[in-house]
Amino acid sequence: MPDQEPDPTLDAAFFRRWLIATAAAVEREADRLTELDSAIGDADHGSNLQRGFRAVTAVLEKESPATPAAVLTLAGRQLISTVGGASGPLYGTLLRRTGKALGDEPEVSHATLAEALGAGVAAVAQLGGAKAGDKTMLDALEPAVTALGTSFGAAAEAAEAGAAATVPMQAHKGRASYLGERSIGHQDPGATSAALLIAALGTAAEESR
Amino acid sequence: MKMLINVPETVVDDALRGMAAAHPDLAVDVANRVVVRRDAPVAGKVGLVSGGGSGHEPLHGGFVGPGMLSAACPGEVFTSPVPDQMVRAAAAVDSGAGVLFIVKNYTGDVLNFDMAAELAEDEGVQVAKVLVNDDVAVTDSLFTAGRRGTGATLFVEKLAGAAAEEGAPLERVEAIARQVNESSRSFGVALTAVSTPAKGSPTFDLPQGELELGIGIHGEPGRERRAMMTSREIADFAVNAVLEDLKPTGPVLALVNGMGGTPLLELYGFNAEVQRVLGERGVSVARTLVGNYVTSLDMAGCSVTLCQVDEDLLRLWDAPVQTPALRWGR
Repeated sequence: MPDQEPDPTLDAAFFRRWLIATAAAVEREADRLTELDSAIGDADHGSNLQRGFRAVTAVLEKESPATPAAVLTLAGRQLISTVGGASGPLYGTLLRRTGKALGDEPEVSHATLAEALGAGVAAVAQLGGAKAGDKTMLDALEPAVTALGTSFGAAAEAAEAGAAATVPMQAHKGRASYLGERSIGHQDPGATSAALLIAALGTAAEESR
Repeated sequence: MKMLINVPETVVDDALRGMAAAHPDLAVDVANRVVVRRDAPVAGKVGLVSGGGSGHEPLHGGFVGPGMLSAACPGEVFTSPVPDQMVRAAAAVDSGAGVLFIVKNYTGDVLNFDMAAELAEDEGVQVAKVLVNDDVAVTDSLFTAGRRGTGATLFVEKLAGAAAEEGAPLERVEAIARQVNESSRSFGVALTAVSTPAKGSPTFDLPQGELELGIGIHGEPGRERRAMMTSREIADFAVNAVLEDLKPTGPVLALVNGMGGTPLLELYGFNAEVQRVLGERGVSVARTLVGNYVTSLDMAGCSVTLCQVDEDLLRLWDAPVQTPALRWGR
């Protein structure tokens, strides 16, 4: 690991912290996400994710899944059951499939997490029928997965840069695609929220130190 | 923006409670957000389930009842419902004859209904799905999400609903739903932007003196903006856009639909212009419906949907229907 800090233990507690840190970031950035969505979508991305991640926080306060995989699949199922829209199934699938790929271990390695997140992102691409460059969450997630091999910090930077890179793109998937060329010039709300999720990995790691 | 609401978070639940109080023929499950006709499941009858974001009232809950939908699943405002709702709805209306999901072509609706279909089938319910994609404003290609489902949803729900009420089997109800969708096209215009409760202000800026052509039903801008036009000019533009794509060879059903913020006085005047263009283009109109049916909250504007019909579809259109928003013949 080129990271100067030692890698935290990637156990169920870490994954719980990751999701709770994501929930906090969504809470903080909800208005911004909704504002971005009003430019090219239907102005509810922030409130939808807020509803979903509040439900995730609530279920994680009630239940204590023992493995990383169990934390992610529980959270993913909660998102599918509460968010709706496209982001519910997409984020739900991301977490569930990442969780599934982690196996039953009580602790996973950094490399296993990177590989599992790659599987989750591939599942999202398949479900949404999208690819990088379509101006979707994949534009943040795909570079993040690549950079995750290096460090959490690198992944966060790559996701942030990926989200920013959606500004000049024309949307080909989701509701923004109906705007055609008029979708150009606005940052994609899904890529923006995906960058929050990736950045929260770093927050969860710091909290363990 | 002033709105007759308490807080944005409870808008949908509040509306469902009010709907339940107004329509005792419906069983409204507010907690799980499912609206079901009270006599469901009807023995031997195929169940019809639709749903989508709230904010399009009376679509879909207003179309639940004998002769149309068996159940509707309202999502958050402009957000598709979640699979749990559709699974509950399917279970509530399935008599063993199977359930047809009527899905508007939006990524979220498609994904959630797909997941729901899998889950319902796991529970032993036979599920068929039909996708509504009638909006000619969207240029369809492999590189987009495809055409949106808009006004034709009403035609699909009414005609397939009538077939189901007659006792048609699932394959037949599904085939009719597909035929109606393939025979229908729509085009919409906005005179103002929409204000969602979550945002509390217009979702895009549409100045006085301009209109948006080719809008959908979610407050997203359209494909083009122009200087404000007269009702006559808008009718020419919208009907021609539909006829460029549909090219009917027989009579049509016409839906002149308000987007929620346009009074009937204007809609009837607009319908006069729509009928004029159709006459000029040699299209015979078998039946016309004018009103706010597939709406977009407070958006001012309208859409035109045409559906080419044969004798069978026309008979299904005239068949009795008893729902909060569409009601005739019984």
